[in-house]
Amino acid sequence: MRESLSLQYPVDPSSGQVRRPQWQRFGPLWTVFPASLWLVAFIAVPLGLVVVVSFFVRGTYGGIEYVFSLDNYVRLFDPLYVRILFVSLAIAFATTLITAWIGYPFAYIVARAPARWRSVLLMLIIVPFWTNSLIRTYAMIVLLRTEGVINTVLMNLGVISHPLPMMYNEFAVMVGMVYEFLPFMILPLFASIEKFDWTLLEAAGDLGARPWKAFLHVTLPLTFPGVIAGSLLVFIPSLGFFFIPDLLGGSKVMLISNLIKNQFLSARDWPFGAALSIGLIVITLILLGVYFRLLGNKRDLEVF
Amino acid sequence: MIRRASHWLSVTYALLVYAFLYAPIIVLVVYSFNRSRLNTVWTGFTFEWYGKLLQNGDILEATRTTLVVAVISTLAATALGTLVAVGMYKYHFRGKTALDGMLYIPIVIPEIVLGIAMLIFFTQVHIPLGLISLIIAHVTFCLPFVAIVVRSRLQGFDRSVEEAAMDLGANQWQTFVQVMLPLIMPGVVAGALLAFTMSVDDVIISFFVVGPSTTTLPIKVFSMVKFGVTPEINALSTIMLLVTLTIVIFAERLMKRGA
Repeated sequence: MRESLSLQYPVDPSSGQVRRPQWQRFGPLWTVFPASLWLVAFIAVPLGLVVVVSFFVRGTYGGIEYVFSLDNYVRLFDPLYVRILFVSLAIAFATTLITAWIGYPFAYIVARAPARWRSVLLMLIIVPFWTNSLIRTYAMIVLLRTEGVINTVLMNLGVISHPLPMMYNEFAVMVGMVYEFLPFMILPLFASIEKFDWTLLEAAGDLGARPWKAFLHVTLPLTFPGVIAGSLLVFIPSLGFFFIPDLLGGSKVMLISNLIKNQFLSARDWPFGAALSIGLIVITLILLGVYFRLLGNKRDLEVF
Repeated sequence: MIRRASHWLSVTYALLVYAFLYAPIIVLVVYSFNRSRLNTVWTGFTFEWYGKLLQNGDILEATRTTLVVAVISTLAATALGTLVAVGMYKYHFRGKTALDGMLYIPIVIPEIVLGIAMLIFFTQVHIPLGLISLIIAHVTFCLPFVAIVVRSRLQGFDRSVEEAAMDLGANQWQTFVQVMLPLIMPGVVAGALLAFTMSVDDVIISFFVVGPSTTTLPIKVFSMVKFGVTPEINALSTIMLLVTLTIVIFAERLMKRGA
């Protein structure tokens, strides 16, 4: 298509090059240039600065002292921080696993629902996807806290005599994470299951495969891009949502997200916070690398 | 018989997941109308907490800031995002892969990283934290989403229409404004609406670049929640939920997904 467009223009006999009109040659400039400039100035440069700052040290009063040092990176391997990173990764991994576990059958059911229901059912998943994450976390607090809705109802029913301690622990953080990220898992799952060619399943059945075997060998592998895309959309952001551990975990649960946040707030050690962020970037890049190696398709991530 | 049983099992399962997604939000909304301050026992219907919001100067100021930031950054992100989507669709140029990669950074990277990167950037280049830094940050994270929504709309674009316009003597700009833009308009509007909701709802990036003297609604909610559960937060949340709900339904209609 693109070729046929350029063939309309006369070819310069001396150079053999297509002679494009002036506006055609400057086309990319006025369309692409403003956004490129913006992204370089406000994404590339700031991220570059994070790298630079991570090699400086904290000033006496919390500022940045411009002295080269690898101390921040050495500190990352302090057992205290290794443990925080490990717990953060474990929680992100568990969130991914649980949301996939809950989300896959759900997306499967919705994708197979009668067509007249499907758009409404899908909309009901998209709305929480876009709903303010902080408000959804607050909704969880209303339910889970000691004087919260769940404890009050259970005590009034006489099921429990003392309120269950459901807040300010790892359990609360997990529930909050699963609640927050479930829509991020369901949408890509739905997109890939909906595209699945159901006649393949019939073919497998005709050839004698039992339903669960057909599912395991046909449906699951062909819808796996959705699982991977969903996992990426859950795992990576879940590492950075500081307000979920802040609000649901209280001071008891310290994850890498709160740790980074605190370096820029209370501790005011920006260089160390920058080094921690570089750690997050490296984890992200590794996961993206694996993702592209496995699937190589950015488009599966565009579920919004 | 088995088929019937599995059918009802499926329906029950789907309903349970929907209940999990919606019950907390519904409880939150219901208690915004509760007379008691406690968010636990229902003691009667009232609009009192909504009235209190209107008298709260801080919240009104935060609302104003939120809307100013959202409107300006939506307009800027939509203009930049639409242009870059069109340009990347139409042309091959050096650095296209790099640009494409850069567009994906805000989508794939944890938000907190972008937040602190901008905080470091603004302090190093001496841009004061406040309205300006908020707007710059919001344009930056909205732009890629607009570009991608518009680009998906362009995929269904019939190139021959554009060629026909140029054959008839329209120049590049006229073709863009009079032929292309009307055709991709639903994508542009959908992208703008999504940018608007993202700006209005943003917590993480705003948290870092908001500065000490400015505040947006989500940041205000965050500081209120830290001090406990109050029906005012429920009321404010309900209003914000309603805004998102309206905009998202409208945007999704425009994108014609699942229709």
